[in-house]
Amino acid sequence: MTNNDSKSVSDQVTKGAGVGTWIEERLPVMSFINHSLRDYPTPKNLSYAWNFGSLLGIMLVIMIATGLMLSMHYVADTTLAFDSVEHLMREVNYGWLLRYMHANGASMFFILVYIHIARGLYYGSYKSPRELLWIIGVVIFLMMMATAFMGYVLPWGQMSFWGATVITNLFSAIPVVGESIVQWLWGGFSVDNPTLQKFYSLHYLLPFLILGVTLIHLIALHQFGSNNPLGIDRKGPEDSIPFHPYYTIKDLYGLSFFMLIYMYLVFFNPNFFGEPDNYIPANPMVTPPHIVPEWYFLPFYAILRSIPNKLMGVIAMFGSIAILFALPWLDKHPVRSAKFRPLYRIFFWVFLVNCFILGWVGANPPEGNFVLIGQLATAYYFFHFLVLIPFLNKFEPVPPLPMSISKPVISKSAKTAASKGSKKNG
Amino acid sequence: MVKVNLMGLRYVSSTKRNLTKLLTASALCFLMATNGHTEGHAPTPKKVDWSFNGPFGTFDRAALQRGLQVYREVCSSCHTVHQIRFGNLKGDGKDIEEIRTSNLGLTEAEAVAIAGEYKTKDTNDEGEPTERKSKLTDKFPAPYPNEKAARAVNNGANPADLSMVVKARVGEADYVYSLLIGFDKAPEDVTVGTGQYYNHYFPGNLLSMAPPLHTDGQVTYADGTKATIDQMAMDVTTFLTWASDPSMEDRKQLGVKILFYLFFLTIILYFAKRKIWKDVH
Repeated sequence: MTNNDSKSVSDQVTKGAGVGTWIEERLPVMSFINHSLRDYPTPKNLSYAWNFGSLLGIMLVIMIATGLMLSMHYVADTTLAFDSVEHLMREVNYGWLLRYMHANGASMFFILVYIHIARGLYYGSYKSPRELLWIIGVVIFLMMMATAFMGYVLPWGQMSFWGATVITNLFSAIPVVGESIVQWLWGGFSVDNPTLQKFYSLHYLLPFLILGVTLIHLIALHQFGSNNPLGIDRKGPEDSIPFHPYYTIKDLYGLSFFMLIYMYLVFFNPNFFGEPDNYIPANPMVTPPHIVPEWYFLPFYAILRSIPNKLMGVIAMFGSIAILFALPWLDKHPVRSAKFRPLYRIFFWVFLVNCFILGWVGANPPEGNFVLIGQLATAYYFFHFLVLIPFLNKFEPVPPLPMSISKPVISKSAKTAASKGSKKNG
Repeated sequence: MVKVNLMGLRYVSSTKRNLTKLLTASALCFLMATNGHTEGHAPTPKKVDWSFNGPFGTFDRAALQRGLQVYREVCSSCHTVHQIRFGNLKGDGKDIEEIRTSNLGLTEAEAVAIAGEYKTKDTNDEGEPTERKSKLTDKFPAPYPNEKAARAVNNGANPADLSMVVKARVGEADYVYSLLIGFDKAPEDVTVGTGQYYNHYFPGNLLSMAPPLHTDGQVTYADGTKATIDQMAMDVTTFLTWASDPSMEDRKQLGVKILFYLFFLTIILYFAKRKIWKDVH
């Protein structure tokens, strides 16, 4: 047996099969790449809304690469952190570029992930058989939020310090053990050096965990392949095209377009998403007039503040994300794509507008009308998931769907058959 | 009215700025009624057409050098520029053309001369505390030994570090300039406490800084420019903008090249995509 094996290997070598084959036989890396990035059959009708997954993957790599280089100059010590960042900005060659790419990269990352999530919501990408794919995605989203929050603390400006103080204090709402948890998070009795060092350590660790979970996300994706704008399953090979060259070139084009926007910000408006207050070194004795979370937390922040009870507010805030885990079971409507669900389509857009309203409320002080608007928008957020979507399960009719991706037109006979069928069902 | 006061901290945001951020981020334009919320009543700063505005903006070297003079003769008696070393004033590059068009446009000798006018604390070879002439690697000295000393002589206020001030204020250069020229007599209904001064552009209007630029001709410019209050405010704001962001010119110049490159790359990739997809129906 062993003899045979070695014979076949040496045969290949003598036949001049090359290094590639030699490696492939021992580690099937080429066939893996070939399988998942080259021949990988992909629905042929994906729109540009399907560009954001690969963009997010590239963004993650950019963040890890720039972050790694930032970490070579950063000092996680309350007396040195702020100046170490300024040292990087001023005295390290292209340090400003690294930092502005990283800081704006965080904002771009969230813009991309929100579009990616909205795409999933619109086209029903969370529905069977992609429930786990969706759930893993929500896990990545949560990890991103934690990473972004801790990263924002590291420059140790005023907003870093006070943001950290407010957010860590949220955990004190937990009955009985809340106080202990907060002190454990802080590593002391206030946000201080141990907190900063912890956050730095975790901010370094989490992106690699995100990378790992992203691979799981990809494995789950490749199990059934991408959903598509029609939301119907592929019926045969005529519905698919190989990933390369079709989606490699489409993703590259999308990437280049995205980089135009991202690089515009980095080079010409690098502090657009930042808070001026964070260029003032952290001072525990001086509370800034306005403590603001980063823009991507504003809708959740509005939900938190809309509930007059602190514990309930925290529960509602985390619940607003946790509810996404349950979405595949809340939405049992058999049709995936909103293209064929006129009622859901309306509710989707209203939901999206509602999210912007929440963000707007989160950006304003909890005074006057904002309190009421915030409470209504919060109520609507949960109403959408807990009432409207289950309601549509029963009441939104199942329309005739296209025969296949290749024949998107519903043929006349199919149409009548389908409408007859739905009449029968009704 | 329910005012949610979380953990004793007001965790709120200002103004329309954040709203703009949020909306631009989502690339969605909402027409929303302004919210009627005003913080203090700080008016919008005066818009100035700075030479450093815009994607091709550069610093006016003469203004930078005059601004440095205003900082040294006026601001530095209370304010630090903590992040700035004397060597930062020196222009980069080998030939004089390059040197004159980067940083403050000073030659090494000129920067050394300025540094030499300051003293830096050090220890001598016996380990005793001593003072020596500042070098290019030294930072501008602080006017006070520590924060307590600063507060003690400034009516309890700690004069802000100016090396980041333009970046650290909403309104940036426009705000800093407006603040410098915005001192005025208080309206009759405003009570001004001892050691406080009325300013049109300061949030809340009352600040603990006396008008720093109060008389025309307060400094005498070497280049003969007439040192009006407005001129001094413009010049020192230019200097502080550079101090906040000394790599701005490099950044913008590189950015133009990168965007130019990306623009054509995007077009090429677009046509490549169309060509490859031509036969997919």
